[in-house]
Amino acid sequence: MSTASLARGSSNALGAQLKRLVGGQEMILLLCILAIFLIVGSLNPRFIAERNLSSIFLGNAYVAVAAIGMSMVIISGNIDISVGSLIGVLATISGTLAVNGYPIIVAWLAPLLIGVLVTGFMGYLVAYLRMPSIVVSLGMLSILKGGLISVTSGAWISNLPAGYALAQLRPMGVPMPIWFMVGLTILAAWWMRYTAAGRSIYAVGGNAEAALLSGISPRRTVMMVFLIHGLFVGIASVLFATQLAVIQSTVPPNLELTIITASVVGGVSILGGAGTVIGSTLAAVLLAAIGSSLIFINLSPYWLRAVQGALILVTVLADLLRRRRQARRR
Amino acid sequence: MLTGEPSPLLALQGVSKSFPGVRALREVAFELRAGEVHALLGENGAGKSTLIKIVSGVHRPDAGQLLIDGQPAAFASPLDAQAAGIATIYQELLLFPELSVAENIFMGHPPRARLGAIDWQKMRAGAEAILASLEIHDLDVSSLVGGLSVGQRQRVEIAKALSQNARILIMDEPTAALAEADVVRLFGIVRMLRGRGVGIVYISHRMEEVFELSDRVTVLRDGAYVGTRVTAATSRDELITMMVGRTIDQLFPKSVAKLGNPILELRELRRQPLTRGISLTLRAGEIVGLAGLVGSGRSELAQVIFGITPAESGEILIAGEAARVGSPGAAKRLGIAYVPEDRGSQGLIRPMSLCHNVSMAVLGRLRQGPFVDQGAEADLAERSIRQFNIRASSRDQVVEQLSGGNQQKIVLGKWLATAPRILIMDEPTRGIDVGAKAEIHRLMSELAAKGLAILMISSELPEIMGMSDRILVMREGRLVAEFARDAASQEAIAAAMMSDDAAAAEAGAAVPA
Repeated sequence: MSTASLARGSSNALGAQLKRLVGGQEMILLLCILAIFLIVGSLNPRFIAERNLSSIFLGNAYVAVAAIGMSMVIISGNIDISVGSLIGVLATISGTLAVNGYPIIVAWLAPLLIGVLVTGFMGYLVAYLRMPSIVVSLGMLSILKGGLISVTSGAWISNLPAGYALAQLRPMGVPMPIWFMVGLTILAAWWMRYTAAGRSIYAVGGNAEAALLSGISPRRTVMMVFLIHGLFVGIASVLFATQLAVIQSTVPPNLELTIITASVVGGVSILGGAGTVIGSTLAAVLLAAIGSSLIFINLSPYWLRAVQGALILVTVLADLLRRRRQARRR
Repeated sequence: MLTGEPSPLLALQGVSKSFPGVRALREVAFELRAGEVHALLGENGAGKSTLIKIVSGVHRPDAGQLLIDGQPAAFASPLDAQAAGIATIYQELLLFPELSVAENIFMGHPPRARLGAIDWQKMRAGAEAILASLEIHDLDVSSLVGGLSVGQRQRVEIAKALSQNARILIMDEPTAALAEADVVRLFGIVRMLRGRGVGIVYISHRMEEVFELSDRVTVLRDGAYVGTRVTAATSRDELITMMVGRTIDQLFPKSVAKLGNPILELRELRRQPLTRGISLTLRAGEIVGLAGLVGSGRSELAQVIFGITPAESGEILIAGEAARVGSPGAAKRLGIAYVPEDRGSQGLIRPMSLCHNVSMAVLGRLRQGPFVDQGAEADLAERSIRQFNIRASSRDQVVEQLSGGNQQKIVLGKWLATAPRILIMDEPTRGIDVGAKAEIHRLMSELAAKGLAILMISSELPEIMGMSDRILVMREGRLVAEFARDAASQEAIAAAMMSDDAAAAEAGAAVPA
């Protein structure tokens, strides 16, 4: 092993900076996405037609946004499996407010506030009462799902007022969900990378005891992560609620698993302490592209679940093998 | 065997065992006869645990032979060792608290009825019979183990060993957690088993027990066999000399530093269960070595001073001013740094880069608004790499890929970045190679010369003797002896560690009131 590379060339510095920001996993994901567009596009040109591309990105941007918060939760050493149900509840609340004549801005902001309250409650149980996050969110999953179905009886919300459809706006010709997905990803990645608070998430997830001894409070950090997660879930819910003319109170089945899959395939260590939100967003796009490409090569879309599952296993296995190789090399 | 003497129950010949980076045992010999209590003595890290793990089938020796009744034996697993009649009672008793006494005794080999079902009646009767044979009459076989005292649990462990027809019983510090009355009962049971021809390997640090109970004693030191003595024909002085008889090599470049004002003063510091009224003074530029056996309360004291488990009573004075250390964060602000014993689980964030680990404790200082000042952070990391001669490919390398010595230097770098006045180091060089060890010792010496006060916990007497200006000995949660650097000898320190006040005083220790 060479001694510290003190004299790294300045031409190299930018590359190193870039590499630090966008690690190996992100590059692999980007290549996979490009490969899918190239291969499926050449098999069936309609796959890369603008209409299909926009449906891939628009219809799944909210997954990527939710995966940002989820990634933070997983990096901090926790998990939230209630997120799919929470999105369903928040979207229904938003639509109900809009239909009942509340100002549209209230319908947009209420899910953010309620999302933060719900995840904040879970965060309190996890951080301060030391309950395992999987149990807390399992309980919350049932409460939210059961409550939602009981209250709405599965009815859809329609006749949404004009001006409510946030996700259908196109500022500067770019659809709103793309703005949110890209903007929030960059903002979150930057925050996690360059702020002390962002750093503490990695520290607590990597080793809570060592973080505590270094003067970082694991409790406060976990609480903060759950609060931020709630904000992202709220935003994702508004994007989900406003993308169509109706709001289904039944979110896509296994939505929480799709979101967790995006995080894990994006390189977030399920053990905590490692990963980036750029990775999770790219993985969300990859999953959407795979789902769409199945249709274009005439495979049942149900294969998507199988592909997702295989991707999780491959990613985690590759990560494990890489770590073992590194451990041997030292 | 041509002689008329029967083969020993158990014999080890030339047994060696290495772990990555450590030679735990080097050509060790050991012999256990039927109806004998054979004590195994040695300092922490002398190889006792490795030896019993080889005998009980947990580890396989790299070289050498294990003989049972004179026949070579190789154990692929602890089950094989059990089948050969070897039972081990570890310090931390391995029982199932939610199961009954009878179930625990027959765990793994319950009497069967038809269809493979457990024959409960036979199991209870069997358990009762075994307990009765040990003259244990105060244990209900159907009560849950979770509700029993430590002494009772230990008797369950012994009964469990007998239910497997053990002929060789290994006991690892069986009296460490026992009350006086339980010790007396334990000795009675051990003698009873000896009378029945069971061979007993007895590990203890308490000299009195060794002399009261054992027939022979074998001493290990640094993984090597030192010798075996008939207990009746040896003395504690001889045994202690055998255990510590090492020369201090040139690895310890301690320069004599000028001592400054008291920086840390503890007055009657208490915290249950293992900090029982500790008073000490640490001066600027001073290295104080804290010696003691594992479990004597040294690490616990460090954790009280650093606020991990805050003191329940007593005073902490920092630079003459009373301080309240209620959390590690508070300790950090007061200028206390703590390099913990287990750097993997307490010192480092393993999946994080070198750079981020080093800045971990000073993120507050490196902040510009909410942001971490990237330039200052990189400078800090590069400075640590140079100052501590850390061998890494770059500051961005993930620390879990580095060697133990380099990891320890990173923990040290992290804490020195906080510019502490007091540095507590718990086993600073455990498990790291000789070169890195020497570098860390050199650093400690330099830091003390610059006025840092260092409290060093170590189980290696040569390290304690080599690095300390002053040596304190802890036993059972109290400071029991203090030695000036020149007045200390390994024998006297070891004697004080092992409850031998008379010998320690004779050897020149000042026993604090």
